Amino acid sequence: MKIIVLVKQVPEVADVKVNPETGTLIRDGVPSILNPFDELAVEEAIRLKEKYEGEVTVITMGPPQAVDVLYKAMAMGTDKAIHMTDRIFAGADTWVTALTLAEQIKKMEYDIVICGKQAIDGDTAQVGPEIAEILRIPQICYVRKLEIDDNGKHVIAHRENDEGYEVIRAKMPVLLTATKGLNEPRLPNIMGIMKAKKKPLEVVTAATLGVEEDRLGLKGSPTTVRKVFPPPKKAGGIIVEADDPKEVAKKLVEFLLQKGAF
Amino acid sequence: MGLIFDRDKCTGCMLCPKSCNFGAIEKDDDKVKFDLDKCVLCGSCEEVCPADAIFIERQIIDKEAIAQYKDVWIVCEPHDGRLRSFSYELVTKGRELADKLGEKVVALLIGHEVEGLAESLIHQGADKVLVVDDKILAEYTTDAYTIAVVSLITPRKPAIVLYGATSNGRDLAPRVAARLQLGLTADCTGLDIDDERQLVQTRPAFGGNIMAEILCPYTRPQMATVRPNVFKPTERDTSRTGEIEKVEIKISPVQIRTRVMEKVSEITEGMISVEEADIVVCSGRGIKEPANLELPRELAKLLDAAVGGSRPIVDLGWLPPTQQVGQSGRTVSPKLYFALGISGAIQHCAGMGTSEIIVAINKDPDAPIFGIADYGIVGDIFAILPEIIAEIKRVQAER
Repeated sequence: MKIIVLVKQVPEVADVKVNPETGTLIRDGVPSILNPFDELAVEEAIRLKEKYEGEVTVITMGPPQAVDVLYKAMAMGTDKAIHMTDRIFAGADTWVTALTLAEQIKKMEYDIVICGKQAIDGDTAQVGPEIAEILRIPQICYVRKLEIDDNGKHVIAHRENDEGYEVIRAKMPVLLTATKGLNEPRLPNIMGIMKAKKKPLEVVTAATLGVEEDRLGLKGSPTTVRKVFPPPKKAGGIIVEADDPKEVAKKLVEFLLQKGAF
Repeated sequence: MGLIFDRDKCTGCMLCPKSCNFGAIEKDDDKVKFDLDKCVLCGSCEEVCPADAIFIERQIIDKEAIAQYKDVWIVCEPHDGRLRSFSYELVTKGRELADKLGEKVVALLIGHEVEGLAESLIHQGADKVLVVDDKILAEYTTDAYTIAVVSLITPRKPAIVLYGATSNGRDLAPRVAARLQLGLTADCTGLDIDDERQLVQTRPAFGGNIMAEILCPYTRPQMATVRPNVFKPTERDTSRTGEIEKVEIKISPVQIRTRVMEKVSEITEGMISVEEADIVVCSGRGIKEPANLELPRELAKLLDAAVGGSRPIVDLGWLPPTQQVGQSGRTVSPKLYFALGISGAIQHCAGMGTSEIIVAINKDPDAPIFGIADYGIVGDIFAILPEIIAEIKRVQAER
C-alpha cells in the first residue's frame, strides 16, 4: 500500500501571545510544532504500513525550517519525505496550497492520501478536500476510525458529523482527513530519530515542480488578506467573589434577565 | 513576485515592524529589512507605510467579467425534515448584503422531499428558492452535492455563495471551490460589502488571537463558510412572497464514489446539539466526577440549553465527542454560554469566544476564562450552581 501524508509546521498556538499595545502577535520564542491533527495522520499511515506493508511518504510545503516536521514524521516511522520550499510558494491561500501539493502528488503513486482535518493556526479545513478535487479522487473528512476492507481495495471510515458519525465506504485511491480519536500518536524514540537522518529527503522548488510562477504563491491566490487586527475587546466583564452563593446567584440571574439572555 | 521593498524610499519610521503580525520585519541600520520566510504577504505593512516604500504585487482585476456575477446565494441544509438554523441566519445576513448591492437573495434547497421548506426561506427574506429534489440527494454525499451546487452556480453566475460551517458545509464548500478554481474563506464570523462592492469576510485565526479580513478580488463567485449562530435571524414575515423554482440536475449513482453504510447518532435523547443551541452549559475539569454533571444538566434543562464539555472531560468519556466545545471539537456561538470549572485554555476559547454573553464560574481567580467572561464568579461551582438553579426556577415560576 502506498500512502502519502501531508503535514504542516505550525506555531504552538497556545503559546502565542498578543502585544497589548499594538494588538499584534508575539511569535518570538513560540515553538514550532507538527500540526497535532497531522500527527494523527502520520500515525495512522504508519499503522497501515505496519499492517499491510508498503511505503509512506510525508510531504510538507513551507519555509526551510519546516524540514523539522518532516524529520519528526520520519522519526515516527514514515519512509521518506518531500519538502516543497521556495519563496515563490509564499503567500499561498488554501486553493493555491492545495494546487501546489496536488501537482506534486500527481507525479506519485498512491492508494491513500491522508492529512489532519485542519491546521491549528489557520483552522480552515479546506486544503484536504481541495486536493482531493484537484486529484479527482473521493474524500472522507473528519475520520475518527479507519479500516481497510477485506478485499484490500476499499476503505471503511467513521466520519464525524454534527450528530455523531457515519460509516462510509470508498474505493481507493481516496483522501482522508484525520480528527481527534483516530489514534494516539507515538513518540519518536532515539532509534527512530537516528534513522530519520538517513532517510531520503527530496527538495521540490517551483522550477522542479514545473508549474508556472503565476499560478503559485500569492500571485496565484484568489483570496487576499486585506488586514489583520486584534479581536474586539469585551467591555470589562463583571467579576465577583462568591462569598454568599445565594446573593451571587440572585445578582447573576438579574444580570441575565436584564440582558434578555433567557 | 510578492513583496517589493524600495529601500531608497524607506524613511526608517519603524511603523511597519509594529504593524507586522508575523515578526517578518526588523530594524536594519536606519531602515528595515524583511524576512520573507516569515512574511505571509498580508499587506499590513504596505498599508501603514507613509513613504510608499512597500509594494505587494497582486493580480489584475477584470472588472467587466466580475460585473456579470449577481445575487447572494445561501446553500441551506435540510436535516431531518427541517432546516439547520444557520440557513435562516444566513438568509437574514444575505438579505442585508443583497440590499447593499441592490441584488437578490437566492436560497438553495438541495435534498429529497424538501420542497415544503422553501416557503419558510421566502418568509425569512429570500427572493427566490432553487429546489433540487432527488432521491439520490436524500443523504449528503460529497460527490452528489458538489455536482448539484456546481451545476447551479456555473450557468447562473452568483456574486456571493455562503455555506454554513457545519460538518457537511465544510466538506462541500472546498470541493466546489476547487472544481471552479475559486477562493474560499473558512468559518467567517463577519460579512460586509465594501465601497467597491466586494464581500469583506472576517474570520478568526491563531486560535482567535487575531482576526483577518479577507477579500476575493479577482474571481466570482466569492465564497465563504459561515459559523452557525453568529448572525441572528430576523422574525419571519409570512406575507412575503417569492419565486420557487424546481431545478432538475442529472446525477448518476456511478458518480457517487462514497457510500454511507450506516449513520450513528451520539446525541442521546433530550440532548441538544451545542452548535445550534441558543444557550450552552459547558463543563470542564472542575466538575470533578461524571455524576456531578447532573447539576449542569439540570441547569440546561431549565433553559432549553445544550450540555457541552471541554476537551478533558470528553476525552474521559463523560460526554460524547459531539458535545465537545473547542478547537478539536465544535465551534459554538450561542446567546449565552456557561463555562463551569473551565480554565479557558486558548483551544477552548477558540471554540466559544464569539458567544454573546459568557458566564464563567471557577475557583481560580487567575483562570484565563475570566479574561473573556462578561460575568465571572470566583468560587465553588458546587456551592453556586444549585443557588443559580433555584433562582432561575423561582424567576420562571413567577412568569
